[in-house]
Amino acid sequence: MIPFDYAAPATVEEAVALLAEKNGQAKILAGGTDILVQLREGLRRAELVVDVKKIPELTDLNYSPETGLVLGAAVPCYRIYENAAVAAAYPALADATRIVGGWQIQSRASVGGNLCNASPAGDTIPPLIVYDVVCRIAGPKGLREVSAAEFCAAPGRNVLEPGELLISLAFPPVAPHSGSAYQRFIPRNEMDIAVAGAASWVQLDPAGKTIEKARIALAAVSPKPVYAEEASVWLAGKPANEESFAHAGELAKKVAVPIDDMRGTREYRVHLASVLTRRTLADAVKRAT
Amino acid sequence: MPRRTHVAATVNGEEVEFLCEPRQSLLEVLRENLRLTGAKEGCNNGNCGACTVMMNSVPVNSCIVLAVEADGAEIETVEAIARQGHMHPIQQCFLEGAALQCGVCTPGFLVAAKALLEKNPNPGEHEIRFNLAGNLCRCTGYDKIVRAVQDAAEIMQSAQPAAVK
Repeated sequence: MIPFDYAAPATVEEAVALLAEKNGQAKILAGGTDILVQLREGLRRAELVVDVKKIPELTDLNYSPETGLVLGAAVPCYRIYENAAVAAAYPALADATRIVGGWQIQSRASVGGNLCNASPAGDTIPPLIVYDVVCRIAGPKGLREVSAAEFCAAPGRNVLEPGELLISLAFPPVAPHSGSAYQRFIPRNEMDIAVAGAASWVQLDPAGKTIEKARIALAAVSPKPVYAEEASVWLAGKPANEESFAHAGELAKKVAVPIDDMRGTREYRVHLASVLTRRTLADAVKRAT
Repeated sequence: MPRRTHVAATVNGEEVEFLCEPRQSLLEVLRENLRLTGAKEGCNNGNCGACTVMMNSVPVNSCIVLAVEADGAEIETVEAIARQGHMHPIQQCFLEGAALQCGVCTPGFLVAAKALLEKNPNPGEHEIRFNLAGNLCRCTGYDKIVRAVQDAAEIMQSAQPAAVK
């Protein structure tokens, strides 16, 4: 690896000052499972690596049923799925954090880092989109908020300006009669990058028969994880049955504009978008009832 | 040239101090500074798990941890698994069950399997395969590894609690 300096600031202000001073030549280190590989392989360069794991706001996980979840950007995956209350409240997030890499990766990799890395195939990003998570960002000009659906800009690029830092992810409290799920397709059993992925969130009527609201998001079928708006809106007021799930799948795949690569062809990924939408909707409904 | 950084950590129960460059991985420092060569460099990018060590009680790939991040941490390597010259049941079962061929992946498997058995003393086959998915083996085809972990679980459950740890 090309040599760099290392700093582990204790406050957001210090971190922002360090990042701003280097004007893009500093890289943020949370779990390191992407950035350290990218630095070693020369895909990214850094004069300074800023380790943000000494900053309490980035490593705190605060959940209460009344206010929802505030997830520090550097909290590793295992702290999410091992937290029974959080895993029960946000099951699509638990699904995704359980399958990011293997156990060793989950010990370090964070959801905030997965989002900042902005891979089109990032497993934890569709759950953030369906929960309508707010990303809290600090920078030289102060704090700002961006919705999870708007955070990624292009493959490997996000909306952070030089000097800015993702602090935390704010999840709304769990709505009554709601459920969610994330699934991806991979040819192996574990440890692979999604050929396609889908997250679904639904809120049912009190009888559990009708979908009142839904949100669907897809991974690995477009330059960034994407909210499937038409399918989500269409589901409102529809019966919570296989027929609705299948039709929503057909609508969701309209936002899929995937590439052909070694993991799958364009046609295959579009088809998977539909299948995974249908399956995650069925799971989400099951979990809501 | 970035300055060398002083790091103090607990490694296998002993307090150690070392100087390292920020770009150096924990794996590099364990092997080259501390001469703990049990953890192996396989892929050097977080895929193969041959460099697995415990860091603050969770398994990590030490090739993608900076050594400077270990400051104040508790690290446990494969060298700490055998106690007072006696192999841990997981080591005994790997040996007797021929759960290794070239052996490069073995230290990582031992560390991860021991962590799994401490979390779940009686894992099923699926759970073993799922939790050890971050450890790759190119020789055995995994079946003997899974069986060795199951055998170790049995021995550890039937053994006196004091003799296990």
